[in-house]
Amino acid sequence: MKEYKSVTQIAGPLVFVENVSGVGYNELVEVTLPSGEKQKGQVLDISENVAVVQIFGSTSGLNTTSTSVKFLGETMRLGVTDDMLGRVFSGLGEPRDKGPMPVPEDRIDINGAAINPYSRQEPRDFIQTGVSTIDAMNTLVRGQKLPIFSASGLPHNQLAVQIARQAKVKGGEEKEDFAVIFAAVGITHEEAHFFMRDFEKTGALERAVLFLNLANDPSVERIITPRLALTTAEYLAFEKDMHVLVIITDMTNYCEALREIASARQEVPGRRGYPGYMYTDLSTIYERAGRVVGKKGTVTQFPILTMPGDDITHPIPDLTGYITEGQIVLSRELHRKNIYPPVDPLPSLSRLMNLGIGKERTREDHRGVSDQLYAAYANGRDLRSLSAVVGEESLTDVDRKYLRFADEFEKKFITQGPNEDRSIEQTLDLGWDLFSMLPEEELKRVKKEFIGKYAKKPGK
Amino acid sequence: MASKGKLARISGPVVVAKGLGDAKLYDVVKVGEEGLAGEIIKIVGDSCVVQVYEDTSGLCPGEPVVCTGEPLSVELGPGILKSIYDGIQRPLDKIREKSGIFIARGIEVPALDRKAKWEFKAAKKKGDKVEVGDIIGEVKETEVITHRILAPHSGKLASLSSGKYTVLDEIGEMEVSGKKVPLRLHTRWTVRKPRPCREKLPPVVPLSTGMRIIDTFSPIAKGGTACIPGPFGSGKTVTQQSLAKWSDAEIVVYIGCGERGNEMTEVLNEFPKLIDPKSGKPLMERTVLIANTSNMPVAAREASVYTGITLAEYYRDMGYGVSLMADSTSRWAEALREISGRLEEMPGEEGYPAYLARKLAEFYERAGRVKTLGSDERYGSVSIIGAVSPPGGDISEPVSQNTLRVTKVFLALDASLAHRRHFPAIHWLNSYSLYTGTLDPWYEENLSADFNGMRNAAMALLQKEAELQEVVQLVGPDALPEKEQEVLVVARMLREDYLQQSAYHDVDAFSSMQKQYLMLRNIMRFHERATGAVELGIQLKNISSAKVREKIGRMKEIPESKMKELEGIYKEIDDEFDALASKR
Repeated sequence: MKEYKSVTQIAGPLVFVENVSGVGYNELVEVTLPSGEKQKGQVLDISENVAVVQIFGSTSGLNTTSTSVKFLGETMRLGVTDDMLGRVFSGLGEPRDKGPMPVPEDRIDINGAAINPYSRQEPRDFIQTGVSTIDAMNTLVRGQKLPIFSASGLPHNQLAVQIARQAKVKGGEEKEDFAVIFAAVGITHEEAHFFMRDFEKTGALERAVLFLNLANDPSVERIITPRLALTTAEYLAFEKDMHVLVIITDMTNYCEALREIASARQEVPGRRGYPGYMYTDLSTIYERAGRVVGKKGTVTQFPILTMPGDDITHPIPDLTGYITEGQIVLSRELHRKNIYPPVDPLPSLSRLMNLGIGKERTREDHRGVSDQLYAAYANGRDLRSLSAVVGEESLTDVDRKYLRFADEFEKKFITQGPNEDRSIEQTLDLGWDLFSMLPEEELKRVKKEFIGKYAKKPGK
Repeated sequence: MASKGKLARISGPVVVAKGLGDAKLYDVVKVGEEGLAGEIIKIVGDSCVVQVYEDTSGLCPGEPVVCTGEPLSVELGPGILKSIYDGIQRPLDKIREKSGIFIARGIEVPALDRKAKWEFKAAKKKGDKVEVGDIIGEVKETEVITHRILAPHSGKLASLSSGKYTVLDEIGEMEVSGKKVPLRLHTRWTVRKPRPCREKLPPVVPLSTGMRIIDTFSPIAKGGTACIPGPFGSGKTVTQQSLAKWSDAEIVVYIGCGERGNEMTEVLNEFPKLIDPKSGKPLMERTVLIANTSNMPVAAREASVYTGITLAEYYRDMGYGVSLMADSTSRWAEALREISGRLEEMPGEEGYPAYLARKLAEFYERAGRVKTLGSDERYGSVSIIGAVSPPGGDISEPVSQNTLRVTKVFLALDASLAHRRHFPAIHWLNSYSLYTGTLDPWYEENLSADFNGMRNAAMALLQKEAELQEVVQLVGPDALPEKEQEVLVVARMLREDYLQQSAYHDVDAFSSMQKQYLMLRNIMRFHERATGAVELGIQLKNISSAKVREKIGRMKEIPESKMKELEGIYKEIDDEFDALASKR
């Protein structure tokens, strides 16, 4: 192992070491501060004699004269074992719950390797979250990556724990097979506490692994935390046959950390100062989800991000949306109306929905009900803005029915309690209840035979 | 040939090698002990800047770099169809056999199976004089596609015999200016250089896609170029996949460039099951997939579109009509940007390199209908349909703008349409096709003389609707005169009953041109009769509650085999309006 004392420059999280040899790109580094304290880091750029090292942690207290840098000869790895279940770790993978370091069964490179597209299998097992707007209109399936696009002040954390608590596959499953991995990326202590308390209260903690990087932890660590979580998830899913749900919050903090490092390296910035490779970088996180040939387990991802300024075109939600298989968008407008969960179905989408719904999976009328709910609600919302201008009186009868439909839809369908777990049948029936407000010939999106079979007859 | 040097610097996917001697720009090199593939993209003095097609973690300065002296090339021969390749033509199925569910580093697998034997039927014999590009024989590559083996040089055949061969076996010999050259079933071609043809011709035949909004209002020509820009969730990929499924191209090259892994899986699972309406055989028999998903190395993503277009040109040269779908060219441009950034080049707009426009134009220029090389008259075409993913859906950004400058068809995906589940979410007013003029004669001759006029009338109605909607926003629909309300009714029919098309419905997913014509004719007939009725003073209420409207609404569900029903509806429209008029 090579140790050097030739630090020449320190800039933000970056340390420049000269006269090094035999050092590999992405190699792990241990830095000993003048005070004797130790920090981990990683090689970002290596040329014949200068290594640029990114420190995971604070660089305060470093100097160029008495800091020593040790190159560890390998890329960053995480020791994994199924004993990690029920444990809480720091953002760099050290125990945070006063327990001992688990004895690893294997040590895996945290950057992982790309899943061969030819090895993937289509995700198709419907996950019932018990939340109507998600189950009926933005169905989640095992192996999908479906982010929540939220904004500051909206109850995304509450929704995330509700989903983690209620999520199940139709027909039930062995509890043994299920695990939740929770990665906190730069969230406040209070928020982390909220998640921990809920996991403890519902007993979910036994089946969970937590990685916590809090707001006051070094921001560079945030690059590592989601990768630790996903490495653990891949191990549990593909080696231990578990169905793993990974919740990462908040991806916006991750991207901020990425930008911080890029600017410290004086890279050419892309849009809004974020590095040009942010899409590729995010994809190496989000693409680590799925179902593969020959393995029982799956990795389902549920990242949460807050849209800066509620702007869905901001680079962070924008690039995320291009990689993930849909998005669940929370709306401030609905939240102000006191509607929980404030999921706005119109901009929300699940791309894998078609694979998980229909006869034998959910119910034969699912597709039609979902399309009809969308169309009718969208129409109702349009008419709402029209009636604000011209007044309700100048609308036609049918239009007024749509207006009422939109109101009732928000009140009965979107709204539900934070502990209310609706089955998919209940959700779809609720949809049919709402359709009874509209004339039958307006129900163009549902097949005729289903109208006869499922529609609520007036007076019944 | 092979010169050897040493690694000097590593920074992400870009590394610097020294001492490579007479290495040339774009030569392929093998980097490090593991021999990772890379390409020289810049030479400064003795230093060569190399983009590496694989993850560079762990590489150290001082490791060896070997230059192969050859630019990035693909193998062309039987066995390409039905394959799934990564960006540099490594077969992903073979990689799985070697390295399991993940793609390990430094794997080398030949693109074409070395062991498979192909039945070769010679079309020429010993002593024949052949020109470069002449068909010297055939191999039945899949159930539906005959792979034509083309002469690589001009000269005299010294020997050639039918039989069973692998791609490496010699099938004969050729005399080229006094020297004997062996003939094989496969050749190689460098991906960055277009394959030659005799002549480029203007496109005159539409590519039938089965999508009504495209075939009717914004047709794509065989050998033409089209772009589909749209924000996420607006249906780019679904549109691309529908085109790959239903367009009447003989060969389909589908490039998943920096997109989702699960989408490629969807194509992989679906295509072998889907049956081509023309041949009755699975669609996979005519398809080749190139998958370089977003998390695979970024330099290989840059190469993937070139690999794809070279394969497409190869089949074009055999005389086939080829469609190439690139999903998404923005990811390719971002790969250019990422590598340019690592080279510390002076950035142009939004950090993209200044040569972005040139690279995009060069790529789309490789499309076209051509007269191929060879002494016989053979025509082939490559149509390119590129998806663009503009950040935030705003097409004022450089990739969209530079693409629009070179492509002839613009299919404008619209987020608000997608939100109300109007699919395909292609906006009829914003989209355009510059081929309509050159294709009109084809529609007149092959479909119907009145089709073009009808299409223009329908478009005018939709335009009128957009104007009227602005008024309605202010005063409500009731304030409009009946005549204009009638326009709103018919325009809505056009939107909902004609333009909306479900890619997941077994019948609706594909509409033949004939069916499109009959459907459009019915709606326009309804319009004609309804205008007449309004003039007669019949209340719009009675017109819009006409029973036949329900039937018009379900026209899309009528299968191709029952086209007569569509003609029946035409009569019903007349009957119902006649009855309305007589009631007065």
